[in-house]
Amino acid sequence: MMSVPRYWRELPERSRFEGFRCTKCGTVSYPPRAKCLKCGSDSLIVYKLPERGRVVTFTIVRSPPKGFEKMVPYVLGVVELEDGTNVTVQITDVEPEEVRIGMPVEAVFRKVCEDGDAGIIEYALKFRPSI
Amino acid sequence: MRKVAILSVGMTKVDKHWRSSLRELFSEAAKRAMNGSNVPKIDALIVGNMCASDLSDQNNIGALLADHLGIVPSTAYRIEAACASGAAAVLAAYGAVSSGMHDFVITGGVEKLTDGVGGNTTLSLGKAADAEYELFYGSSFVSLNALLMNHYMNFYHVPRETFADLAVLMHKNGARNPYAQLPFEITRETVLNSDMISDPISLYDCAPVGDGAAALILCPLDEAKKYSDTFVEISGIAGATDTINLSSRSDLLTLRSIVVAAEKAYRMAGITPADIDVAEIHDTFTITGALSIEDLGLCEKGKFGKMLASGAFSEGGKVVINPSGGLKSRGHPVGATGAYQIAEVAMQLSDKAGKWQVKDAEIGVAQNIGGSGSSTFVTVLRRSR
Repeated sequence: MMSVPRYWRELPERSRFEGFRCTKCGTVSYPPRAKCLKCGSDSLIVYKLPERGRVVTFTIVRSPPKGFEKMVPYVLGVVELEDGTNVTVQITDVEPEEVRIGMPVEAVFRKVCEDGDAGIIEYALKFRPSI
Repeated sequence: MRKVAILSVGMTKVDKHWRSSLRELFSEAAKRAMNGSNVPKIDALIVGNMCASDLSDQNNIGALLADHLGIVPSTAYRIEAACASGAAAVLAAYGAVSSGMHDFVITGGVEKLTDGVGGNTTLSLGKAADAEYELFYGSSFVSLNALLMNHYMNFYHVPRETFADLAVLMHKNGARNPYAQLPFEITRETVLNSDMISDPISLYDCAPVGDGAAALILCPLDEAKKYSDTFVEISGIAGATDTINLSSRSDLLTLRSIVVAAEKAYRMAGITPADIDVAEIHDTFTITGALSIEDLGLCEKGKFGKMLASGAFSEGGKVVINPSGGLKSRGHPVGATGAYQIAEVAMQLSDKAGKWQVKDAEIGVAQNIGGSGSSTFVTVLRRSR
């Protein structure tokens, strides 16, 4: 079960889609890192990721991990955002069989899962076909 | 730094061992390894394991296993690198012997997956990925690899049939291995008609869930002759990492941790991929097997299917891939798998593999992945003279 402070701590990335950008070489880091993956600089500033992109690859999950049993089948994908950053996300608001590689998608705020009967309800950005 | 030998190895059949606990499984493999040579003492136990905390409610398994095996007060601890825990433990044991800290180390891995109930096993295995940025979204170990397989099929225009053929070869090999969990042959249709788990990965693209333990006894190469006639030299061993989050990689279809670990291990051993006679590679899923073969330098990128169809990876081919049956047929007791692989290559190079013996193998490689390519260990073994 996820603790409330942990959920709260991870809000900037999950719900505001914030990563880091290196002030030396411009490389975007999502998830945020302590040092730039490309040049090793630790001069990183908060960077808001674009909310539009296209599907690079996807899969239809039919055998879920604990907590996602009620959601199957659902689509997990890698989306390349407009600035070239890749993110692993859920693709939503679409029949799983209709998802295609290259499909344009946009971010939308959605429920991810319920953490048991007593836990918190977790929300984050997912991606849906562009409207 | 001293050169290091594997004196002897031992393993259990990979299976659903309902009657055996974590400690009993490891002791069974360890006793076989200890009986396989005249090892005079054990200075340390370094064991790989991934899921005991989640599925057996047990930490501190170094002490647990040393106690059960009766080697207290030896140094004992656990190494964890997800599915690569077994090879990571062997690397740590190599370092301990090579540096002179210990002379005789028992290493290996143990996993007891069938103590997991319901979705707990899937959840525990999924923890090899980034919990905050991958697992949070409902991804599992299978689904992350399915992302790679879909991308590979689309990028190289390779059909599911090509991947199915790798599973068919693994089962053909594993059918002769008495330690294999699934020792039977299958056809391409078995794979294509099996249940879809996470498209395009179906059940028979996947390694099975099972329990098992493998153990190896390491000592300085210079002293190995005194204790065994069939020791094998570890001539290269190395580990490497990549971003834990799959989507952070610039090329999704190259597992850089394999490329880098292989380069380091090959350089240490003074070999090139062309010198390898036999390889135990990490085929958790058929896609993982394909990327492993390519990134170890055993064939060109995107060409594993053509090479497979030509017979290059079968007995008598360019390099025999997974004579044990690999993760697909021998089985994948996750934290023990890397130890199985290294032990199996050692058996090949000391002519102890029985019905699945590869003829005249001189140089063998074992390659063990943790996560979706975030951590890889490559070990090069050489037949001793």
